[in-house]
Amino acid sequence: MSHTFYISASYAVAAIVMLCLIFSVWLDGRARQKELAELEASGIRRRSARPAPTDGASS
Amino acid sequence: MPESLAITKISDLANPTRFLGLAARILPWMAGITAILFAIGLYLTFASEGDYQQGMTVRIMYVHVPAAWLSMMCYSVMAMSAIGTLVWRHPLADVSHKTAAPLGAAFTLIALATGSLWGRPMWGTWWVWDARLTSVFVLFLMYLGLIALNRAMDDPSRAARVSAVLILIGFVNIPIIKFSVDWWNTLHQPASVIRMGGPTIDKEFLWPLLIMALAFTLLFFTLHIAAMRNEIWRRRVSAQRRMAARMAGRTPAKEA
Repeated sequence: MSHTFYISASYAVAAIVMLCLIFSVWLDGRARQKELAELEASGIRRRSARPAPTDGASS
Repeated sequence: MPESLAITKISDLANPTRFLGLAARILPWMAGITAILFAIGLYLTFASEGDYQQGMTVRIMYVHVPAAWLSMMCYSVMAMSAIGTLVWRHPLADVSHKTAAPLGAAFTLIALATGSLWGRPMWGTWWVWDARLTSVFVLFLMYLGLIALNRAMDDPSRAARVSAVLILIGFVNIPIIKFSVDWWNTLHQPASVIRMGGPTIDKEFLWPLLIMALAFTLLFFTLHIAAMRNEIWRRRVSAQRRMAARMAGRTPAKEA
């Protein structure tokens, strides 16, 4: 096999692994954002993200 | 005063909500700079001359060496995070070493595969069980073991403590990898860039190598911060689902 084969194969392996890594992190982020948005839409929020009471109960 | 200010700034960053805010601000910049560095690095790589002995196969070095450096740097980042888990019991440190393991495994895989593809035309073999290659293979197995351990345990804080202990024990492999080429007679060449007395590599090859190393390093930190952000979101989702389940459990009890 020629040297070109070994060079191209090395760059191809590096590119495939790094692109898989980038896409997996990106897709994971999108899926988690979607889940958080769905929870928020159903009214489930973190305590710190809930609106402060306006009826004076906290004072 | 400046010291206490620095400590306050670091502890601010250790707050997951502040970390998410910072990640949202810096991730687009980091991704952009990484892409630019890869464009410059790849241009220099393919514009550089061949080596007088190795010919054009020297170009494999520009992906093999940065990946190999990162495989060790990633483990060092994990070891520092493991100290954060065991000493300060900080959840962000748990998140850091958990999310770094798959990245480290990927860069180690690149180093092993490209090393094998470089070894075949230059050494006449795909693989030898010499000290450098074997210790890097052990590092790859350690990454896989840590990924499996984190996936096998449901409680993230318990998994983090067990992982942290294993990471710190496994850190002994990092100096073994670095100095294996000096301590034992290996087919792999000794260090030619990071060594006492400065680099022995010609500037023709050094510049593309340094730019590619910078691009790989920035890619690692970009992916690490993004993966940490994803893990924080994942933990928030499961915490909110638990809270929703508790609330759903209380409502019928009150009605009854």
